[in-house]
Formats: sequence, C-alpha cells, structure tokens
Amino acid sequence: MRGNCYIPSGCSVSGIMSESGRRQDGNAIIKSIALMHDRANGLGGGFAAYGIYPRRSDLYAFHMMFDDIVAKERCEEHFKDRFDIVLDEEIPTRPGGAYEGMTAGRYDEEGVQPITDPPILWRYFMDIPEAKTKFVSDREYVVEKVMEINSTIDGAFVASSGKNMGAFKGVGYPEDIGVFYKLGEYKAYTWTAHGRFPTNTPGWWGGAHPFCLLDWSIVHNGEISSYGINKRYLEPFGYRMELRTDTEVVAYLFDLLVRRHNLPIELAAKVLASPFWVDIDRMPDRERRIATAIRQVYGSALLNGPFSIILGHSRGMVGFNDRIKLRPMTCARKDDMLYMSSEESAIREIAPDLDEVWSPRAGTPVIGELDEGVV
Amino acid sequence: MVMTSELPPEFIVKIDYDRCRRCKRCVMNCSFGCMHFTDRVVPEHKLCVACQRCVTYCPEHAITITKNEMAYKENLNWSPETRQNLLKQAETGGILLVGMGNPRDYPILWDHLLIDACQVTNPSIDPLREPMELRTFLGRKPDRLEFVESEDGEIDIVTEIEPQVRLDVPVVFGAMSYGAVSLNVHRSLAMAAKRSGTLMNTGEGGLHRELYPYSGNVIVQVASGRFGVHSEYLNTSAMVEIKIGQGAKPGIGGHLPGEKVDEEISKTRMIPVGSDAISPAPHHDIYSIEDLSQLIYAIKEATDYKKPVSVKISAVHNVAAIASGIVRAGADVITIDGFRGGTGAAPMVIRDNVGIPIELALAAVDERLRNEGIRNNASIICAGGIRNSGDMAKAIALGADAVVTGTAALVAMGCRICQKCYTGNCAWGIATQRPELVRRLDPQVGSERLSNLLAAWSLELKEILGSLGVNSIESLRGSRERLRGVGLDSMTLELLGVKPAGVGQ
Ligand code: SF4
Ligand code: SF4
Repeated sequence: MRGNCYIPSGCSVSGIMSESGRRQDGNAIIKSIALMHDRANGLGGGFAAYGIYPRRSDLYAFHMMFDDIVAKERCEEHFKDRFDIVLDEEIPTRPGGAYEGMTAGRYDEEGVQPITDPPILWRYFMDIPEAKTKFVSDREYVVEKVMEINSTIDGAFVASSGKNMGAFKGVGYPEDIGVFYKLGEYKAYTWTAHGRFPTNTPGWWGGAHPFCLLDWSIVHNGEISSYGINKRYLEPFGYRMELRTDTEVVAYLFDLLVRRHNLPIELAAKVLASPFWVDIDRMPDRERRIATAIRQVYGSALLNGPFSIILGHSRGMVGFNDRIKLRPMTCARKDDMLYMSSEESAIREIAPDLDEVWSPRAGTPVIGELDEGVV
Repeated sequence: MVMTSELPPEFIVKIDYDRCRRCKRCVMNCSFGCMHFTDRVVPEHKLCVACQRCVTYCPEHAITITKNEMAYKENLNWSPETRQNLLKQAETGGILLVGMGNPRDYPILWDHLLIDACQVTNPSIDPLREPMELRTFLGRKPDRLEFVESEDGEIDIVTEIEPQVRLDVPVVFGAMSYGAVSLNVHRSLAMAAKRSGTLMNTGEGGLHRELYPYSGNVIVQVASGRFGVHSEYLNTSAMVEIKIGQGAKPGIGGHLPGEKVDEEISKTRMIPVGSDAISPAPHHDIYSIEDLSQLIYAIKEATDYKKPVSVKISAVHNVAAIASGIVRAGADVITIDGFRGGTGAAPMVIRDNVGIPIELALAAVDERLRNEGIRNNASIICAGGIRNSGDMAKAIALGADAVVTGTAALVAMGCRICQKCYTGNCAWGIATQRPELVRRLDPQVGSERLSNLLAAWSLELKEILGSLGVNSIESLRGSRERLRGVGLDSMTLELLGVKPAGVGQ
C-alpha cells in the first residue's frame, strides 16, 4: 500500500520520561494510551522506547518490517555489504494479542480486536565497518542507508535505526499493538506512544507512528499544512520522503537541524514553531536577532498547521504545539517523571497524584532531559 | 514622399448630441488630438486610441467608444490586425512600435492553476482573528546558522547574515524609468512604497534628487546605458539592481527620444537636454558571467557590502541555467521578467514573439536552484504578468519570494492599457513628459490608490493563507503541493512541478 496514497490523520499522543534514567516497563504507557482509545480508529498505533537494549547499547538496532521473505533476503544481502551484523532475531510478538484491560472505547461491546496479519518483524544489531566511515560520520552513514533501503528495496521498511532504542508499531489500536509486541517485558526510561485516526485506510504497518531515524522518534497528532515546502526544503539535503505522510518531515527536520546543523534542541523547536513577528519585534535585542535570523534562514522548515508532537531521542523528550495551538497537549511532573499527553486524563490514569500539571503555551517547547551522567 | 494613410480607424467615437452640453471637456482632455470643436464636438476617429480619458470625464456620459467593427472578408490567417500592420509597414518602412506587454492569445498558465484549501482534518484559519504573516526578506541567506553558548549558558548567534531588505507585503513595484514615465509617477510609487512597506524601482533613468529621502524604499537600477548612475545614487537605495533584460523585449535595448529629455530628466540621467538616451542591447562591459560577477562586486564595493544586489533577466529558454550562474556570480536576488511584462516601447515583433511564460521560467529557476542546493543563496522575484493577488499567491507557491506589479500599478494610477506609451501623449499623465499632462496625476492621489491596491492584495493573500491553514507566507513559498493544474498537458505539469487537479497529496 505504500507509495500511492497519502493519509491525513487525527490521533492521540502520550509520553513518559524519567529524567533520572530509571527504567520502567511498558505497561504504564499502554494504560495511558488505552484511555484515549476513541482518539484512534484502529488503523495504527505504536510506541518508541529508549534504554531497552542496555547490553547492546553500542550497536545500531534496526527494527525492520518485511512484506515477504524475498524482501527480507534482499535486505539482508544489502546489509551484509554495508554493516557487520552482530545479532539478528525475530522481534518477539504475541500473535493475536489484544489488550485486556479497560479502555475508554465506545466499541468495547464488540470485544477485543486482536492484532493479525503482521509483516515479518525482525531486528538487527549492527556495527559499521570502519572502512565505510572514512568520509562520512557514522550517523550520516546510517541515515544514507535508511533512505536507501526505504526507497530502493521493495517491501522492506526500517521502523527504527537508533542505538539502545526501538519502535514498535503496526495496524491496530495502540493498546493492542503494545500487547502484541509484549512491551510489558521491556524496560525504558522514555516511552512515547501514538494512537492513530487516519481519515483513509491504507492498513500499512510502516505508516503507523512513531517515525524514526537514528535515535529520533516522532509521534504526532495533527496535519502539517506546510508539508509541500518542508519536503522540498529537505530533499536537496538527501532526505527522501517515501512514506507519504507528513510526520516523517518532522523527524528529518530535527535530524537536519540538531544533528547536522548543530542547533540546540530548544532553537530547533523555535525553527519548527517560530514566534510571531509581533512578538519577535518586542523581544530584547539578542533574542530578537536570533529569532529574526531563524525565520530568515529556516523559513522553509517552519511547520504550519495543527499539531502536537512528542519528539523522543536518547537524552530526552520534547513536546510542542503549533504556533496557535490547534491541537491539545498537557504536561505534568511528579518527582523525576515528566509526562506529556493529548489529554490530562491519560496522565492521571497512570499517575493520579502529580506535583504539577500545565498546558504549555502555543509554540513553546517543553523539554525533558536526562540528568547529567545518566546512561 | 509622405503617404496619406490608408488605414481605417481602429475605434469609432460616438457622441450622443442629445446629451452633450458642449462643455468641451473632452476636447481639453484628449491628448491625442482626436476631439475638435466647431459648432459641436467632432471626433476624428482615426486618432482615437481608446484611452477612455474623455469617456471618464464627460459630465453627461455622452461619449461611447466602440471598436471599428468594419467587415473584412473573413480569413483566419489574415486577421484584420495583420493586414493593418502590413499596411502600416508599407506606408512607413519602419519597425512597428508598441507599448505595454504581450497582448496575444498565448496560454496564461496562472489561469490553469488552482489553489488548495483545508477541510476538517486541518482547520482553516480566520485571518481576522489570528495573526497572518506576510513579512518577507529579500537577500542572500546562509545555508545554516551557527550559535555559541557563553559560560553563563546564554546562546548567541555567530553567523553573519548578509544585508536583507524587509518587505511588509511580498510585492514590489516594477522598474519604470523617469523619462519613460513622469516624475509624478515616481513620486506616487515612492510614497506608496514607503507607506506600504515595500519598494519602488527607478528603472534605468536614475533617481530624481527630490526622491532621495525615500532611499529605504527604492531599488536603484543599473542598466546598459548607466544613466544617472553615480556613487551617491547607488547608496541612496535599499537594493541595487543590474538590469540585463526585460521580459517585453529580451535582448533589446531602449531608446528615450531627445524631445522627452527636459532639464530635470537631463540632470537625473546625466545627459544633455534634448539628447537621445540610448540603452544598448548588451552592457558593453558584460560579455560573460565573469563580467557580470565583476559588476556585481564593483557595486558591492561601491555600497560597502550594505545592499543586496539583484540581477534582472528576461525569461528565455535557458533561464534556469542562467539564473544558477547569476546566483553563483554573487547576486543576492534574481528578478525574472516574463514575456507578458510591460514596456514603454518595444518592437512589436519582439514583444509578441520572444521569451517564455513567467510561470514556467519561475518553476524552472526555483527547481534548479533547489537541486543545486543554492536556493537559500538568493531570493527570487517574479515579474511580468502578475494581474491580481491570485496570480501573486500562485507565483509564491511556485517558488517566488516576492512578485512585481508594474502594469497593475499603472492601472491603479489611471492607465487604461491603451498601449500608446511610446507616443509621449499619455492622457493619464503617466507615460508622458508634457507638463499639462503630467499635472493630471496628483502624487498624493496616485500613491493612495497604489497603497490601496497593495492593501487589498495583502488582505486577499491573507484570506488565501487562512484557507490553506497556514499563518505565514513562508509556508506557502515554494509549496507547490498546494497547487493543482487544470487543462495542462503532462509535460507542462511536470515542468511546473504541480499535480493535476483530482489527485490528492
Ligand atoms: S465632455 Fe461630453 S458633454 Fe462635454 S463636450 Fe465632450 S461630449 Fe459633450
Ligand atoms: S501608460 Fe498611458 S499611454 Fe501607456 S497604456 Fe497606460 S494610459 Fe496608455
């Protein structure tokens, strides 16, 4: 189904992070996203988890989806010449798995909706042969390979490609997807989740959120009305928009701005959701110069349209909204925990007793960071 | 031997003598000498150019001008106009001269492009309730920004950004030289540019000293004749433009006849009173891209690297490669002028047959610069045939940073597109130096009408942005995904980078 239809979507997002790096299993995040059952429609759900492969944290963990065995073989051929595969294995799943707890689902009376028809799900822990990275950095190399696989190997799709992290996603309600992937058996310091309400029905596993590249993961509620120019802006830098959904541009923009252009995350968020000129004009000198320069230079990277986004990466989690907050987002803190969600209820569901709950202002990023020296 | 013309009149002027009260206003207003008064108003049809001055000012609405619907033996190959042009050439032996842009029936691609709008999944935005940003900066931008963090954690910017010119609306006035148009036109344009936060363009005839206070809103042009170019002129500007070509007459120079060169024009252009001002076809010091680069840097030196330098070219077949060369030669802005762009005077054969549509030229240039990774290095201004805010929005979606309004601005000041600019008799006081005609355009009124036009276009552009669900012009710029083509062949669609209507994202 990939490649010939575009899917606008509604959705729910949720994120949990321990800034002290404490790892917890996936049951809480499943419970949180399950509460927002009705924001999804069973056509896509997924999770990103950070800190899940501590014993292989120096290897790139590729989570792969293959339509068939031929695609898998072709992709492995491709890997062999380009990486040292240290370990590869099937991603453990529970076929026919379904969430058995309570959801807020209107359709509960129809019974649970087990996950069926998965593609071949395989993970590869890989190193990069030294000779390959004489002229490019490791990360640049991985990005190139991800782009290559997604655009040239039919039926193969890279779901995630970072270290010590992974994406678990598919077609179905997110809580069922979580059970299907046995997320209760993984431990992570950051979890993000997404329930999807596409207004079209592609039923393609790769099309679910999160979208990942290296250790970036994006879960996104909304639609990016500036997709056309964001895509054209990214293309000359070598990014290929293969997934026909607007969310992937967010992942690539972060990769470009933070990894390649070296912008602090906070400024990258200002690129994607810039302040308005009326506000810039009132800023003190230094801030005004920075904000003006950002809009002059990175105007084509501005994200326009309704969105709330949670970006995950190895050292933290960032939540932010569009410039006029057309989609909801609530944040909360309790001790070392930071929560972000489309709805406050989805946070209260797993942490009823909170130190602080707030709705971040439009365009203002909320940034969670691992404490110095953790992980 | 002077032959008497055998040409039939093009227009018929009908006077309703029952209504006419013999006030002679039409006689005084007609600058083409068409109206006579004996015991009543008698029009000489042959001299009428349909500028509608008399019609507008007749207090009794007693005048009607119609096309001379004289019957010719029908022939689709030999249209009446073709036959008349042959007669004219047989009588004069000269090049046929015309004013204004290409009027012929070539496809207007703007009219084959449609704009998207939001429904349900992404909400449209109400520009009356939410901010809508049109602010635009012209000039070279770096590819990326670098920042430093000081010891106390303050972040500051390291990258030096080259000079940028700020526009409050993404539309600037077209280049029209003082000489081709009256000083009152320049005054109107300068005042309006200042009021509306945009730029006027001197054209190739220098800037009258009286307008020096408007320097922040002026593009000063350097053309092949170098008229009125001196160091103070270059520095009395927001931006300097090197004019290589003009859409209406690519590859052709210009000629201001000596009778138009009065005292003031002579001073402004720095040529003797009464002498012809001839702009050669090429710049005599530019025979290659290296030469152009030298001139760009000579101007940057002369302006202390404080002004963006623009290069204006006409839209010709190889425009994308030329534009890329120009950006690499150091231009900060590139202005592309399409074949419908206006002119004060051009040989008809050139105006009607040379150049390519701006829509295709713009699409090709924007795409080329992106593919080469140098789109950030220069702003693109799209000129030649922008008629309204819809065209403007489509041009921006195809990739323009800003558009030019030349003809539309003249119309706002009274022009009726009669195409007789080269005669010097413009009844609306625009393309003339005759003092009694120049007086007809009051710069206060002219500038107000121009500002109104820009205000109207900005409001309309904001409505379009709102319906697209974006609140900033940079989200429309180059976003061809928001355009669809109707009635275009697949090659044209591909060149425009636009999908056919009916195809989703
Ligand atoms: S302006 Fe009208 S009313 Fe006056 S003389 Fe001419 S036609 Fe008659
Ligand atoms: S400027 Fe004057 S002469 Fe030229 S077309 Fe307009 S009205 Fe006619």
